[in-house]
Amino acid sequence: MSKNLIDQIVNNVLQGRRNNDDEGIEEGMTGDPGVAELVQEALDSGIDTNDILLNGLSKGMEMVGEKYETGEYFIPDMLTAAEAVEAGMKVMEPHLVKGEDGSGKGTVVMATVEKDLHDIGKNLVSIMLKGAGFTVVDLGIDVPAARIVEAAEEEGAGLVGLSALLNTTMSNMGDVVKELETKGLRDKIKVLIGGAPTSEDFAREIGADSYGKDAFAAIKEAEKLLKKV
Amino acid sequence: MSERGIVVHKPYARLSREQIEMIDKASLDLLENPGVLCYHEESVSMLGKAGSTAKKTREGEHDAWWVSIPAKVIKQALETAPSTVTLGARNPENQVVLEAEGNRVHFGSGSETNYWLEVKPEVFTSKEDGHERTIPVMKRSRGNLDYLCRSAHLAEQLENLDFFIRNVNVQDADITTGNKDVNVFFAALNNVTKPVISGVADFDQLEKVVNMAEIIAGGREELVKNPVVSFITSVIKSPLQIVGETAEKLIAIAKLGLPVVISTSPQGGSTAPIDELGMVAQVNAEALAGITINQLANPGAPVIYGAVPVRARMDDLHDMYGVPEFCHYNMDCAQMARYYKVPCYSTAGVADARVPGIQATVEKMYTYTAVPFAAPGLVHYAFGLLDKTQTFSPEQAVLDNHKIGMAKFLHRESGVNEEAVERTKKTVEEVMHSPYRMYARYARGMLRRGEIFGGFPFEGESEDQDQTLLKVNERLKELEARDHQYLSEEVCKKIFDSTPGLVPRLNPYK
Repeated sequence: MSKNLIDQIVNNVLQGRRNNDDEGIEEGMTGDPGVAELVQEALDSGIDTNDILLNGLSKGMEMVGEKYETGEYFIPDMLTAAEAVEAGMKVMEPHLVKGEDGSGKGTVVMATVEKDLHDIGKNLVSIMLKGAGFTVVDLGIDVPAARIVEAAEEEGAGLVGLSALLNTTMSNMGDVVKELETKGLRDKIKVLIGGAPTSEDFAREIGADSYGKDAFAAIKEAEKLLKKV
Repeated sequence: MSERGIVVHKPYARLSREQIEMIDKASLDLLENPGVLCYHEESVSMLGKAGSTAKKTREGEHDAWWVSIPAKVIKQALETAPSTVTLGARNPENQVVLEAEGNRVHFGSGSETNYWLEVKPEVFTSKEDGHERTIPVMKRSRGNLDYLCRSAHLAEQLENLDFFIRNVNVQDADITTGNKDVNVFFAALNNVTKPVISGVADFDQLEKVVNMAEIIAGGREELVKNPVVSFITSVIKSPLQIVGETAEKLIAIAKLGLPVVISTSPQGGSTAPIDELGMVAQVNAEALAGITINQLANPGAPVIYGAVPVRARMDDLHDMYGVPEFCHYNMDCAQMARYYKVPCYSTAGVADARVPGIQATVEKMYTYTAVPFAAPGLVHYAFGLLDKTQTFSPEQAVLDNHKIGMAKFLHRESGVNEEAVERTKKTVEEVMHSPYRMYARYARGMLRRGEIFGGFPFEGESEDQDQTLLKVNERLKELEARDHQYLSEEVCKKIFDSTPGLVPRLNPYK
């Protein structure tokens, strides 16, 4: 029974179904329980939260990643799967004791830097980070460096994720690094950057810790950086 | 009804009704004066009985006749020409049904190229940076039966190829004028379950080819119902000359009741006027003359209006395909054929470029995107042709297959309807109230239902090298490794027993 429910959670993450209203990749799934309902059912059945998280939601997301790597899945598949995981996490939240579940990978503050209004890439990374088990505080677009650092400190974030699409705004990423140094937070809070005009060289130039060439790389970099903290 | 090809909704009408009528009148006037120069006495006789007048002359070593064909003779022939023609296929699901007034466009191969050009990846070390790189080196060979079989097998695998025209000229030592046609037709029919269309080089082999087709179809009547072979006759030599031997083949095919394309290929600037009106008026007159001979030989015989008007290159007077004038000529001809209610055979996808790749694909993409807008029933020459039809490249054919998929996708219906409007409003409302306001979830549904074009499978990963041909080469190997759809052993035996001249190496059961 418990294995069956966990398997169903995995399958519904793969199908990207948040709840029973959603359609899946396969036809005829609308109306069947989605991740939110299945997680609730699992909790009601007394299944351990760690089991639901690790063998259900996380395993499903790992499999989505593998399917993306082999070209079977595309970005929309990954985003819908991450949304399904997020829906499951919302149901789990009241049942999790902070720090005891072993699932939290840390907190990331995400933002598109000042004077830049582009958010597709940033949203993509935010959704994927949530799906991968991070706590994400998304500050949105056009966010000044001081506000980003302030939020990271308030939220106890170990990582700041910065996005920029314009070569006229990318330099504002460097301001965030400087602000962290000014506030004496640089050794506690890592900086990950991404966006079309940025590069590994640019990350090095402004003193950021890492560069994500795409959403997947960003998740992997986030995992590495927060492990080191 | 044929499900192959793509339906072009609201075909582009470059010519107004008034302009179509002007061209029609100009063509009919040309057929009356100067008329056609005919090298075939039987055709002259048939045209004469129908009301034409002829005046004997001498052209070099040959007898010829200036034939003045009045409009009524042409119009009578158009009355009897069928508006629906079925191109049969070994697999009946692959049949192509051509409706003269319909909008379904099918893409196919051709022409008979002399060279086969394939990619052989080789590793080189750069003198500049010392790095090794794999480069797509080209290997050029003269066409032979083996290459023809390979191209036919490939044609079977390409999902956007709807009909097969032999695309390699076989130049094996044991192939002669006396056995070429039977071997070419067998190589095609044994590898392709889609419609096979071809010219016949030697009139004496027509009967053997038809006999072969009858064995495959299951008899004479079955062949007429499901003509697994259709023919192409270049009965016109531009400008306005009727070729003796080809006219004889055309008449014989008409009497057999098998589909035939009247293919005429004037070159604007040398054998036809280069301006749009002049070219179309002449090529249209030539197609009409061919259709008329076909219908006089057997009223109601399945016939296809085949116009292959090309432009001359100004530097060497070769054919030129990937240019705007070519598109104008061909789109106009599609409209003329529709006006006459005769199915149309058109052309797109030839490159002047000599090697596969960027330049070739740009030239090809231009015509096989533009010409189908006029909705001709058949678009031939669309796969792998380079060097103005001199060379066939299997890698380019695979690349063309993908780009033709894009051209076909372009013509999909818009999907605008009341139900979709309500769905869109609901989707936008849902997304506006979602955390990230992204439509990815909805895009995924369309992606999985095949409603979004699949993208670019031959993009490389390198930042300093175009790897397209290497990727295509890998795909080609996968396609060539697939199982062959050979004729059954029993059918092969019957064909080999009754067809002298077939070379034994073509028999897959030997």
